[in-house]
Amino acid sequence: MSSSQTGYFVPQPSKWPLVGAVALFFIGLGAAFAVNQHSLGYWSIAVGAAILLYMLFGWFGDVIGESEGGRYGANVDLSFRWGMGWFIFSEVMFFGAFFGALFYLRAVSVPELGDMIHKMLWPDFNPVWPTAVAPNGTEPYSAMGPIGLPLINTILLLTSGLTLTVAHWGLVNNNRGQLKLFLLLTVALGFTFLGLQAYEYHHGWTEMNLTLASGVYGATFYLMTGFHGLHVMIGAIMLTVVLLRSVKGHFKPDHHFAFEAAAWYWHFVDVVWLILFVFVYWL
Amino acid sequence: MQAFQFRDAGTVAQTNSTPAAAGGRIVVGENMKNHRNKLLATLALFGASLSHAEYQLNFQQPATSIAQDVYSLHMTLLWICLVIFVIVFGVMFYSIFKHRKSTGHKPADFHESVTVEVVWTVIPLLIVVAMAWQATKVVINQKNTKGADVTVKVTGYQWKWGYDYLDEGFGFHSKLATPQTQYENFGKDSQQVEKKNENYLLEVDNAMVVPVGKKVRLLLTANDVIHSWWVPAFSTKQDAIPGFIRDTWFKADRVGVYRGQCAELCGKDHGFMPIVVNVVSDEDYKKWVSEQKKKAAESADDPNKKWELADLMKRGEKVYQDNCAVCHKPDGKGMGAFPALDGSKIAKGDRSAHVGIVLAGKNAMPGWSKTLSDTEIAAVITYERNAWGNKTGDVVQPSDIKAARK
Amino acid sequence: MTTATHVTDHAHDHHDHPSGIMRWVTATNHKDIGTLYLWFAFIMFLSGGVMALCIRLELFQPGLQYFRPELFNQFTTLHGLVMVFGAIMPAFTGLANWMLPLMLGAPDMAFARMNNWSFWLLPPAAALLMISFVVPGGAAAAGWTLYAPLATQMGVGMDLTIFAIHIMGISSIMGAINIIVTILNMRAPGMTLMKMPMFAWTSLITAYLLIAVMPVLAGAVTMVLTDRHFGTNFFNAAGGGDPVLYQHIFWFFGHPEVYIMALPAFGVVSQVIPTFSRKPLFGYHSMVYATASIAILSFMVWAHHMFAVGMPVTAQLFFMYATALIAVPTGVKVFNWIATMWKGAMTFETPMLFAIGFVCLFTMGGFSGVVLSIAAVDIQLQDTYYVVAHFHYVLVAGALFSLFAAVYYWLPKWTGHMYPEGRGKVHFWWSMIAFNVTFFPMHFLGLAGMPRRIPDYATQFTEFNTMATVGAFAFGIAQVYFLFFVLLPTIKGGQKAPQRPWEGGQTLEWEVPSPAPFHTWEEPPARELVDKLSAEQKLH
Ligand code: HEA
Ligand code: HEA
Ligand code: HEC
Ligand code: CUA
Ligand SMILES: [Cu+2]
Repeated sequence: MSSSQTGYFVPQPSKWPLVGAVALFFIGLGAAFAVNQHSLGYWSIAVGAAILLYMLFGWFGDVIGESEGGRYGANVDLSFRWGMGWFIFSEVMFFGAFFGALFYLRAVSVPELGDMIHKMLWPDFNPVWPTAVAPNGTEPYSAMGPIGLPLINTILLLTSGLTLTVAHWGLVNNNRGQLKLFLLLTVALGFTFLGLQAYEYHHGWTEMNLTLASGVYGATFYLMTGFHGLHVMIGAIMLTVVLLRSVKGHFKPDHHFAFEAAAWYWHFVDVVWLILFVFVYWL
Repeated sequence: MQAFQFRDAGTVAQTNSTPAAAGGRIVVGENMKNHRNKLLATLALFGASLSHAEYQLNFQQPATSIAQDVYSLHMTLLWICLVIFVIVFGVMFYSIFKHRKSTGHKPADFHESVTVEVVWTVIPLLIVVAMAWQATKVVINQKNTKGADVTVKVTGYQWKWGYDYLDEGFGFHSKLATPQTQYENFGKDSQQVEKKNENYLLEVDNAMVVPVGKKVRLLLTANDVIHSWWVPAFSTKQDAIPGFIRDTWFKADRVGVYRGQCAELCGKDHGFMPIVVNVVSDEDYKKWVSEQKKKAAESADDPNKKWELADLMKRGEKVYQDNCAVCHKPDGKGMGAFPALDGSKIAKGDRSAHVGIVLAGKNAMPGWSKTLSDTEIAAVITYERNAWGNKTGDVVQPSDIKAARK
Repeated sequence: MTTATHVTDHAHDHHDHPSGIMRWVTATNHKDIGTLYLWFAFIMFLSGGVMALCIRLELFQPGLQYFRPELFNQFTTLHGLVMVFGAIMPAFTGLANWMLPLMLGAPDMAFARMNNWSFWLLPPAAALLMISFVVPGGAAAAGWTLYAPLATQMGVGMDLTIFAIHIMGISSIMGAINIIVTILNMRAPGMTLMKMPMFAWTSLITAYLLIAVMPVLAGAVTMVLTDRHFGTNFFNAAGGGDPVLYQHIFWFFGHPEVYIMALPAFGVVSQVIPTFSRKPLFGYHSMVYATASIAILSFMVWAHHMFAVGMPVTAQLFFMYATALIAVPTGVKVFNWIATMWKGAMTFETPMLFAIGFVCLFTMGGFSGVVLSIAAVDIQLQDTYYVVAHFHYVLVAGALFSLFAAVYYWLPKWTGHMYPEGRGKVHFWWSMIAFNVTFFPMHFLGLAGMPRRIPDYATQFTEFNTMATVGAFAFGIAQVYFLFFVLLPTIKGGQKAPQRPWEGGQTLEWEVPSPAPFHTWEEPPARELVDKLSAEQKLH
């Protein structure tokens, strides 16, 4: 490729970004109406999501084609690394907002609502964490303990980090069998995690009366584990794509950034889970 | 000087206050010992004489020692900034006039000097630390609410204030007294616009009353969204946060009427929830307190009383105009997002749905279960079900509300 | 290789470039995308400006004459959001797009296709904001800060705003990643970090701020969304939540955000002043360190917006000291600019005028910021027009003026035409005077006790409000003048611009022809050229 002589691959004009923008417009518009129970909203989301899928397939198709066509020189590869790294940093900050909220609620708001002067407003509130009842005294709920499913999930995720690393070794040492097998294992562990989490939610919601409205405990519990779950899902899908590409014979021992990017993401999701496990379930 | 101070000397006379205290219209204070302030006074005078208009260029005259501190602090900051500004931009404009190409100036070659960089890092550092240091004791003082003589619980509502005198056991609401017709001028030409009151938008039906020279501690909270209780002459501003209690304090030095406004965006009538504090002598305060207690005792309703339709309607109309008319409009026709109650399905239909929405609220509609008594809610619902075109003939009794609360 | 960039002979396989509308919607060229950003920002500026004029119209005299209070609050809210997210931020991203590859000697942005997406997400987001005006309940009316629990009370308009913010957030984060990677990975050989133009430095640091705080804002509005519709109680005490928590999260984003709008402005001014002083930037290194210090400090001062919520006295003091401290590195920048002018050979073309106007007025805004940082005084001033005056000095006379400086400075490179100098000067002086007539009196209003975000006011505030309204309309007309009498004529034609329109320009963009060809630096600039320019700028 002549372009690699001058160094940097600049893609051709592409319609995908515009398609993606249109998709997000419909999703945003639809979501705003859907949360207000406006039926048109769901339709708009559906249309948007369909367009988004179309865009994802198209765009990633182009990228994969370019990558396999050898268009990405070392410099482009480095750009991807920087880019993925800072993208993960932005995700860290997103979770940071929720962790910040959790710490603030636990360290400041809840104790304050239970202090002497606030007896004036909330006479019966007992400021312990996890709060068994909210200040307004809605029906009691129970908190999700760390032992049991959450612990199993922790082990699952940690193991999946391991299997992924083994898969990476396979790729680097050109042992394609090891690569595919352990990738498959990783993906399976990821989806098992999601399944267990779905079961946990169901159990919490129906049997422990733990809902989104169960005081700030319920709010932080579901939002934080929920956003984490969403990221596990995205990571698992990314790994599935990587798996399929491996099966098709993509990636070379010295050139496989897509694999690494997905792996970085997976490890990031792993670390977030550990922190969640400590601060949401355990302490 | 005196002549420039007030536009509303009338109010001052009525309330027996020392002149300096009239709410919020002071151009420049008289008893500022600080000669710096005299300079500003002169400036203000100059401005005023230029155009015959009345300009207020600085803080209202302080009526508490904290406000006085804040005032001096602000003046200090202002002078420091002015001096820096003059020096820095003196240099810049000198350069602009001297070092221009058109006068044949050739560019010099320097581009770095650690010495000057250190100098202009350290000097500003010292200045800002000095500024903040000066302010530290004022901040500490502002936050010290200990040792209060009077404690009042202040509650922000959309859009009025509630004052509860905790030591005395009575309370009341305080809302804008300027008639709507004075501020709603849509489509009116200049002749049709009503003359505005002396204290346009800064007057209330029931002012807060406090004794002079006593430390008043305010416990602030809110019913719906965040409001902020602010009286400039006291330099007291504290957000009122729903579900939380925050405190602040003031000790007014002089008798008088002091005016302020809600200082946190709280919805459509944020601009229309003023604060008026009447600082009175100790005796006047005692007299006022006993009057209030008597009134409170008189108006306490017997929750078990059976009411007649006509009485409920009368009572209900008052409750409606005090609480509901801001949104649903005095004529029940509503406006924009606020639904009309005249002809409303709920107000003409199922009684329990009607009681339910008034007690619990919905979206932007506040719940009233904490704010209004059973009698008041019964009255206002009866009123809504019979006023305007809603001639349902229903009578809702306080006991019904009591039952519905369960 | 300096000028030998021709569309036909480059090595890439961009055989046929789409023309017409497709050129813009499918663009991967940083110049085209930069142009899109800049036009979008300008249109948003006009829309936000029209809302500002509605605000000023209602405040022309006491009494409600034109708009119901609900609508007034919508104008205030959307004015803030549109100006911040629609006008100022995209304008700086646009500048970075246009100029960074040129100034660093790179063929394009690092992720050219994603770059297009960053831009094209903005129009849908803006559309959602605008649509919110016509849905039941109207647009968001809780102020641009969208404080809970007021924000939980609004209608669909609020949800549209929330999703618009999400989309704009995605756009900003992608834009920021692009800028960072371009700067870190695509500089020409010989261009070390410490030899980059100041504008690249400020863009880099701003991009870091963006990826650090935009996700936090997304988190905050997401919590508002779930509080509104899914029963959570993050900001509701009845469920153990806390309205003040929202403010902490918002301002953790919000304060760095104001520097996101200020740092690139510093960068522009740091390019313009040396050029027209014909003297290298004074204290380049300390400029870099000062910028970084400002960025770091900006994460530690957020609660100065919350002095009135009732924090413990220690927090009050900590945030007061930290905030006041920011004056120091900012001061360093101001002093360095003046030292750059000192003993230069200055000329005063329009970019220089706007840059000098910036330095003066931004400093005034900085001073009112320092007054506000003193917690004891801020108690009196918070949520008054003094604050409104403060931030328009730093945002309009700061960010916006620097943008005008940038546009005049680079218009010759962009269009290949010189702008009409006389008209540029008219635009400057007219803006300068009208700006001060509009916003200076607001200091007095705030001191005297006029709260912000009110549609009607007590009669003693009349005169200054009237003055501000007159000023605002005059300021608006100046911008229309700029559009029709400066910008459009320059794009359409006018005097041909030489490759180096400014005698003092020493950065790489002046090494390519005017207008800059579609592709530049496909071959990176020669090492000798980079070294020569660095030496001229006294960079080592
Ligand atoms: C570009 C945007 C920008 C910038 C750069 C700044 C810069 C500063 N701001 Fe401002 N600010 C805003 C935008 C900005 N601000 C906005 C939008 C709001 C309102 C948000 C809302 O509520 O809607 C706000 C509100 C705001 C508040 C809260 C007010 C309130 O609501 O009560 C405070 C309080 O501390 C503050 C302080 C400061 C300080 C100390 C600086 C400093 O960085 C300034 C430093 C600069 C200088 C000081 C000048 C140069 C220095 C020298 C010449 C050296 C010598 C000087 C000294 C020794 C003093 N700002
Ligand atoms: C970021 C940048 C920014 C910019 C550039 C501006 C620009 C202006 N702002 Fe800005 N303003 C904010 C950011 C900004 N503002 C923010 C963040 C708030 C806080 C919001 C809140 O409280 O939540 C605010 C709040 C605010 C208020 C307080 C509102 C209130 O508290 O209720 C006021 C009042 O005067 C005001 C006025 C103006 C004016 C007159 C301009 C002028 O500079 C505008 C000049 C531009 C024009 C006038 C446009 C010209 C166009 C035409 C004349 C029409 C031509 C039309 C076509 C060609 C189709 N602004
Ligand atoms: C802050 C503004 C506000 C105030 C004050 C207010 N309301 Fe409402 N009210 C609303 C809004 C908004 C709705 C619509 C709620 C919804 O359906 O989302 C409403 C709905 C209602 C309804 C149902 C009407 C219908 O047809 O859906 C009744 C009845 C009602 N209010 C009674 C009252 C009474 C009684 C008071 C005073 C004690 C009162 N309101 C005070 C805003 C207000
Ligand atoms: Cu209450 Cu603003
Ligand atoms: Cu700030």
